[in-house]
Amino acid sequence: MLKLIIKRLLMLIPLMFFVSVVVFLVLRLSPNDPAMSYLRLSNIPPSEEALRIARADLGLDRPLVTQYIDWAAKAIRLDFGVSYVTRTSVMRQLLHYLPNTLYLASVTMLITLAFSIPFGVLAAVNRGRLIDKLSRVLAYIGVSTPSFWLAFLMIILFSVKLGWLPSMGLGGISYVVMPACSVALMSLCINMRLTRGCMLEQLHARHVLYARIRGVTEKRIIRGHVLRNSMIPVVTALGMHVGEVLGGAVVAEVIFAWPGVGRYMISAISNRDFPVMQCFIIMMTGIFVVCNLLTDIMCAGLDPRARLVGEEGPHE
Amino acid sequence: MSEIVLSAPAAGYFTSRRLGLALSGLVIFCLVMMALFAPQIAPYDPMEIDLDARLAPMSPAHLLGTDHLGRDMASRLVWGTRASLGAVFLIAVLIMVTGFTVGSISGFAGGRVDTVIMRVCEGFMTFPTFILALFLIGVLGTGMTNVILAIVLTHWAWYARIIRSLVMNLKNRTYVLAAKAAGGGRVKVFLRHIFPQAISQLTILATLDLGHMLLHVSGLSFLGLGIQPPTPEWGVMINDARQQIWSNPELAIIPGAMIFLTVLAFNIPGDILRDRLDPSIADAE
Repeated sequence: MLKLIIKRLLMLIPLMFFVSVVVFLVLRLSPNDPAMSYLRLSNIPPSEEALRIARADLGLDRPLVTQYIDWAAKAIRLDFGVSYVTRTSVMRQLLHYLPNTLYLASVTMLITLAFSIPFGVLAAVNRGRLIDKLSRVLAYIGVSTPSFWLAFLMIILFSVKLGWLPSMGLGGISYVVMPACSVALMSLCINMRLTRGCMLEQLHARHVLYARIRGVTEKRIIRGHVLRNSMIPVVTALGMHVGEVLGGAVVAEVIFAWPGVGRYMISAISNRDFPVMQCFIIMMTGIFVVCNLLTDIMCAGLDPRARLVGEEGPHE
Repeated sequence: MSEIVLSAPAAGYFTSRRLGLALSGLVIFCLVMMALFAPQIAPYDPMEIDLDARLAPMSPAHLLGTDHLGRDMASRLVWGTRASLGAVFLIAVLIMVTGFTVGSISGFAGGRVDTVIMRVCEGFMTFPTFILALFLIGVLGTGMTNVILAIVLTHWAWYARIIRSLVMNLKNRTYVLAAKAAGGGRVKVFLRHIFPQAISQLTILATLDLGHMLLHVSGLSFLGLGIQPPTPEWGVMINDARQQIWSNPELAIIPGAMIFLTVLAFNIPGDILRDRLDPSIADAE
């Protein structure tokens, strides 16, 4: 188990290296000149002279490799430079907004898990009955609903018509309900169907048949023989859902005026504030990668076979 | 439990499936017609501003009313179909081309080429897709072209991986080996014996994904990163309606309903197709 964790941690190094190279190259090879936006945001008229000075200031006149090494060396120390707009450390600003985003994302994940797994199990156990059909219909609706539209529908219903929930800002529990639900619906539905599918697969496994023959009660079969095994793919998929939720949170933050990193990112995009964008994507990818690492470890905890695979090395 | 598995699904189940297929086919047909014949169908110019008729209610003159600039909602919806569907189909084709090229090179060549390509794919799959798309648009600039580019760049790796394993599988089939043994060149063997199989599978895959891509496109447009106003697009229309949400909520509800219906119409046949194609899932059903 420890070996597996160490191995996965070591794999993070080449992965994050690749990520940083992509992030760096995309910006440097894009047709946009960072010096230009730097000048524009500083309200300096972009003359030839000013551009040259700005390029020297930003280090853009040096060879690409030197620029990358310089940038990466700072990035490792979590220094992503200063924002072109506010002139303060990008990292510090994003860290200021990050807790709000993490709060929204964790509530979303919590809603996803709290509803998808029980409903998935119920649908599998009552296969072909009304509840299963309902879950299928709900899943169709859920994966086809644009989250921003759902957000508006909820605002119209709960804020405008009924006046139950606040439509924007950050505050008590009531503020997080609508943003989190709008983001959660899609992952919830996907996860519910996945849980159902995995449960059904396990329900037809031989060890379950054997348990039935031994006369074990249905409840104990579900709890003891089916649930744990069928949770393995579900836990693996959780990592993927974190990516979806982080992306969905950006949209929800914009609609609900939620002071998180996503909203900050959108304003950075309209300002062409490149250091903010770089820091944002690396931060989000970092969170995503770490969550995937955690789900891998959880899988190994659930499934002894995964632990073995880790020790034998990758089986490709 | 086991007898349920063995017996065929109830007859009613099949008819509800057929109904779903027929309905989504109809919706897709109507949407494609709307996109193709937008200038003929739309009663007004979708960008014509008429400040005297601001926020007009639904009436025979304006079937779905008008927005905050007096533009006819029905016309904007019809034209929006063209923008949204056009973007989605373009994305699907581009992803298929890039994914197919990269994936089949990787699968057919094997060896070191394969390793390098697969590492790059894995690298791209490390990013959360929507976040990477946001970053790419931020760097490249806003606009529909860049939205399309960003979605293609964030999705090709998945397709390349699937095509690679498909090609690797097909490569070792006996009929392909026989063609090789008979003296067929690499290119000829690939084009005649692997390409047709792989491309049909790929088309199915891309069809399954159309709904998902539409959600991405309209989401990014909604954030104001895609098509720039005043050009009508469903996501943009919802964004336009944000200021009127207290007084005229239908301005946001209707375009959203269009997106929802379209995605649903793409998803239902996709889901049924997936069940049919994957025997392991069909078994569990």
